[in-house]
Amino acid sequence: MTRQDRIVALKAAAKERILILDGSWGVMIQRRGLAEEDFRGERFAGHVGQMKGNNDILCLTRPDIVTDLHNAYYGAGADISETNTFSATTIAQEDYKLDAVAVRDINLAGARLGRAAADAWTAKEPHKPRFVAGSIGPLNKMLSMSADVNDPGARSVTFDDVYEAYRQQIVALNEGGVDLYLIETITDTLNCKACIKAIVDLEAEGLEKLPIWISGTITDRSGRTLSGQTVEAFWNSVRHAKPFAIGFNCALGADLMRPHIADMARVADTLVAAYPNAGLPNEMGQYDERPDQTANSVGAWAKDGIVNILGGCCGTTPEHIAAIAKAVEGVKPRLAAPTKHTMRLAGLEPFEVAS
Amino acid sequence: MTKSASQNFINIGERTNVTGSAVFRKMITDGRYADAVEVARHQVENGAQVIDVNMDEGMLDGVVAMRTFLNLIAAEPDIARVPVMIDSSKWEVIEAGLKCVQGKAIVNSISMKEGEAKFREQARACMAYGAAVVVMAFDEVGQADTKARKVEICQRAFRILTEEVGFPAEDIIFDPNIFAVATGIEEHNNYALDFIEAAREIRATCPGCHISGGLSNVSFSFRGNEPVRRAMHSVFLYHAIPAGMDMGIVNAGQLDIYDDIEPELRARVEDVILNRRADATERLIEIAEGLKGQKGKSAEKDLKWRDAPVAKRLEYALVHGITEFIDQDTEEARLSVERPLHVIEGPLMDGMNVVGDLFGSGKMFLPQVVKSARVMKQAVAWLEPFMEEEKQRLGTVDVSNGKVLMATVKGDVHDIGKNIVGVVLACNGYDIIDLGVMVPAEKILETAINEKVDIIGLSGLITPSLDEMVFVASEMQRRGMTQPLLIGGATTSPAHTAVKIDPVIRSAPVIHVVDASRAVGVVSALLNDEDRPALVAQTRARYERMREARKDGPPKPRLSLADARKAAFRPDWANYTAPKPAFTGTRTFEGIDLATLARYIDWTPYFSAWDLAGHYPEILEDAVVGEAARGLWRDTEAMMQRLIGESWFNPKAVVGFWGAKAVGDDIRLSTGDTFHTLRQQMKKDNGRANYALSDFIAPEGEDWIGGFCVTAGPEADRIAETFKAKGDDYSSIMVKALADRFAEAMAEYMHERVRKELWGYAPDEALTREELIAEKYRGIRPAPGYPSQPEHSEKATLFRLLDAERQIGVELTSSFAMNPAPSVSGMYFANPAAIYFALGRIERDQVEDYARRKGWDVKTAERWLAPVLNFDPFVLVEA
Repeated sequence: MTRQDRIVALKAAAKERILILDGSWGVMIQRRGLAEEDFRGERFAGHVGQMKGNNDILCLTRPDIVTDLHNAYYGAGADISETNTFSATTIAQEDYKLDAVAVRDINLAGARLGRAAADAWTAKEPHKPRFVAGSIGPLNKMLSMSADVNDPGARSVTFDDVYEAYRQQIVALNEGGVDLYLIETITDTLNCKACIKAIVDLEAEGLEKLPIWISGTITDRSGRTLSGQTVEAFWNSVRHAKPFAIGFNCALGADLMRPHIADMARVADTLVAAYPNAGLPNEMGQYDERPDQTANSVGAWAKDGIVNILGGCCGTTPEHIAAIAKAVEGVKPRLAAPTKHTMRLAGLEPFEVAS
Repeated sequence: MTKSASQNFINIGERTNVTGSAVFRKMITDGRYADAVEVARHQVENGAQVIDVNMDEGMLDGVVAMRTFLNLIAAEPDIARVPVMIDSSKWEVIEAGLKCVQGKAIVNSISMKEGEAKFREQARACMAYGAAVVVMAFDEVGQADTKARKVEICQRAFRILTEEVGFPAEDIIFDPNIFAVATGIEEHNNYALDFIEAAREIRATCPGCHISGGLSNVSFSFRGNEPVRRAMHSVFLYHAIPAGMDMGIVNAGQLDIYDDIEPELRARVEDVILNRRADATERLIEIAEGLKGQKGKSAEKDLKWRDAPVAKRLEYALVHGITEFIDQDTEEARLSVERPLHVIEGPLMDGMNVVGDLFGSGKMFLPQVVKSARVMKQAVAWLEPFMEEEKQRLGTVDVSNGKVLMATVKGDVHDIGKNIVGVVLACNGYDIIDLGVMVPAEKILETAINEKVDIIGLSGLITPSLDEMVFVASEMQRRGMTQPLLIGGATTSPAHTAVKIDPVIRSAPVIHVVDASRAVGVVSALLNDEDRPALVAQTRARYERMREARKDGPPKPRLSLADARKAAFRPDWANYTAPKPAFTGTRTFEGIDLATLARYIDWTPYFSAWDLAGHYPEILEDAVVGEAARGLWRDTEAMMQRLIGESWFNPKAVVGFWGAKAVGDDIRLSTGDTFHTLRQQMKKDNGRANYALSDFIAPEGEDWIGGFCVTAGPEADRIAETFKAKGDDYSSIMVKALADRFAEAMAEYMHERVRKELWGYAPDEALTREELIAEKYRGIRPAPGYPSQPEHSEKATLFRLLDAERQIGVELTSSFAMNPAPSVSGMYFANPAAIYFALGRIERDQVEDYARRKGWDVKTAERWLAPVLNFDPFVLVEA
């Protein structure tokens, strides 16, 4: 199957059923109890500073673990697994003092590991092809928020910096063979827009076109993103990407995320995706929502017709994913909201102008 | 000017524009950005829906100034909530701005002045950044001044953008250049009219686009003469908005209310704007001198209105947004009535009604209404301590009669009505939790639960709020909430509540509240254990009836079947000779041109299929849904053109005639088949008959009945699927709705041929399209499943006789629905006395009789007749 064949298959599958994304990587890596040496491997043995905690580097130093995790999630019934590249941008990797070459290698290796695992599963179960989403995380620096309490106009990074960092990540993920991009855990829509611009520009320059999945984060009960937008304002601000899917992940458990997914389901003329946390963390910072609880909540969303793709974020495990996959088996996917031909502007709130 | 036109006019604030405001320019050049931010805040508070930011000033580094200012306002949630218009003639400044906004902004502007290549490149960049664009009517030659040039340039730009760049039409805003008039140069005299007429043509030929313009240019030659400028702006908008100008850079403070402009001035300004007479400019200058120096007909300065009685003064203050005297006037009004509440219910609400009417007729604009609301709020604030005091005096303080949560639903900002209801309820001792405007369902329900409120009240003024209310209700149902839900606001109605909201929520009662005066009665009944069950039951029953009424009309007293038969309709058979059809048996028809059929389409049901209520063509100008209807109509016309040109459908018909004879309530055919009909059992006065369809067929002697089935064919479903696969649900729904219309048109067309040719009893009929739609012809074509014969299974007989499945590919499903769906069938009656009637509800005696005639048991008959039973079949009759 060529990549374009896989994309056709992905879109066809989305019409048939609820697609399943994988779950948390952080929790699963944590369980391995890795040491500093595991993270460093041979290549970064002499690198200055701590490397432990830089999960993305494992694509280069412990590829076996990355492959294991892909296999665990595909085995649990995931259609789509994400590359282990959430923080693999030059900006995010500044924390570990990694250069652009290392960052590119992480993305390339991450994409190839995902590709190999997916292809192996597809060969084994041709009736259920598996897909790889190139994970593009937020940055630790935001374009819409001030970095200085005394100067609301101050910014710690420029649009051009963010654009360039994402551009490099996209090129490497694409080259490594991902089937789609997943811009996720978006806390600042402007960062996301820089990423969209990078993708659009690269495609205009001839890079193979891949579907884009955009996943924002509603941080609390206010129902807004960290940068202050409402659900519909967020949609209006990114819909020019003509995304394959739009939705939310992280920060909230399923019960608190539902209204925001329902809101999105009403406005988005594309697939709606959700991968909540396993509830809210307890006082020890651990997630203790059981697989059947998560599956129960999100299963109801599927039956209510407000979602097309489901998966898990922080605290979810292959058991959660297996439970979700089982809960939505045979459930008809949501029908997209009708495309509205009105000018849909946005500040923090949406503003619609009829034609 | 229609209501929708002025309400949908988008007012873009111009005061954060260094070229438009000297004060703002000074702040920026002095580096006083904190002050500049306050200007933006003030603008949003005053109703600007989008703010224009322009830093094009020779002394400034535009890139830095744009970036600095946009980053600063991004940190202010009450400013950043509205979209930004990034305004510059320099692309690098625009791009710097685009890199600072997280929302979806408007770029103002790009054009073809540096050629098509640059234009394409900049348009593509705007798309990649996710922005809408203003396109100036400007090309390689220069700025367009005449109507022809404006139209030609905009059409060319539209084609490049939509066809080559792939820019969404709805994100294109044309600025066809507003130039100064009354400059003394003759060539300039037609500039305003050129803009207005160009706007009309551009909107008509570039579907989906918007029109904007900088209003202050038009009055440039009267700089320093505020009264004339204000009048010119208002008159210009009064004519440009209906022509299609739907947004503009406008200083709301520089607008007069059209009706308020002194008539002489208004007439002379109108002559100038519309270029109505050669000496228009001189005539305006003549009177302009005399007005100069006045701060306009600005109400604050002209104090004549202060002599009016207090109620009139309150009205004037509300209409003109003047807070200066509101406290003293409110106090005067308070002293003249018994209770402070009466001031609100009386003169203040009267005044707000005037505001509503002026707004509705396009004579006031949104920012002015916002000001009116502010005056209202101040007046209410003045009264509140007195109402508080009254509560204490009457000993009702701290005694809460109940807790009511109120909110204007998500997507809607109108809260005047809600605030009034809140105040009135508070005065009656209820605790009010007012969540304000734009409140998401989630927040309403969470608050209701956490605060343990007794009642939830939703308000909204714009039509989409109706859907949001349905959503809130369905979420309440999902959570099993039981608090009564009150619905109010201008577009809400008992009918909508009954049909759309009530059915989605079973866990709690829903009640529509017409106005503030009713709210108290409803709330107090709901919170009283004795009154509540009755109110809830009555309301439920009323909504049930309203839903029913949309089908059958209200229940009425019934006759026994025997008595109904005595009252049967009896045409004068003795003096009637039944016309003989051209053939008996069946014939099929196909290959009928879609363009021909299109002329038979009744468009009114098409709009109602899209939930747009109103008659075509008036609906296109409807105050409430006109805008939406026009948008739909544009898209529909485009699809109709393709549909007809490419022959998307292949409609077919089968028609049959058979000898017939009425036997009681049945119609016996020469083929041996029988059509069974049902008789009205309602009690009628004035000796009006109780109809059954069999009354229209002669009981003796020769007579005939016809039957037909027409279909738009199976193609529509397939085409709709294709659209859907491409993600275009809009077109998918449209093609199905159009297929239904073509099926109906085909039925109308065939019926006409039947009358003129196939049955031939009206060969000389000549009716207009409207007369056809109004069914002003002889004979009827009722269908099983419709009001005259609501029992669907009769279709089986009809289809067997027509052999419809084999002849034209229409089959009946197990519940007697026709497949493919865009199909129509029915029977033809030629008797001139035949009319359409609604059967209404029937009694048990007729059900038993019908069962006997059909060869059914009574249970089966009850099942098929369930919608028209006038009794509950599960209650057994005492033997």
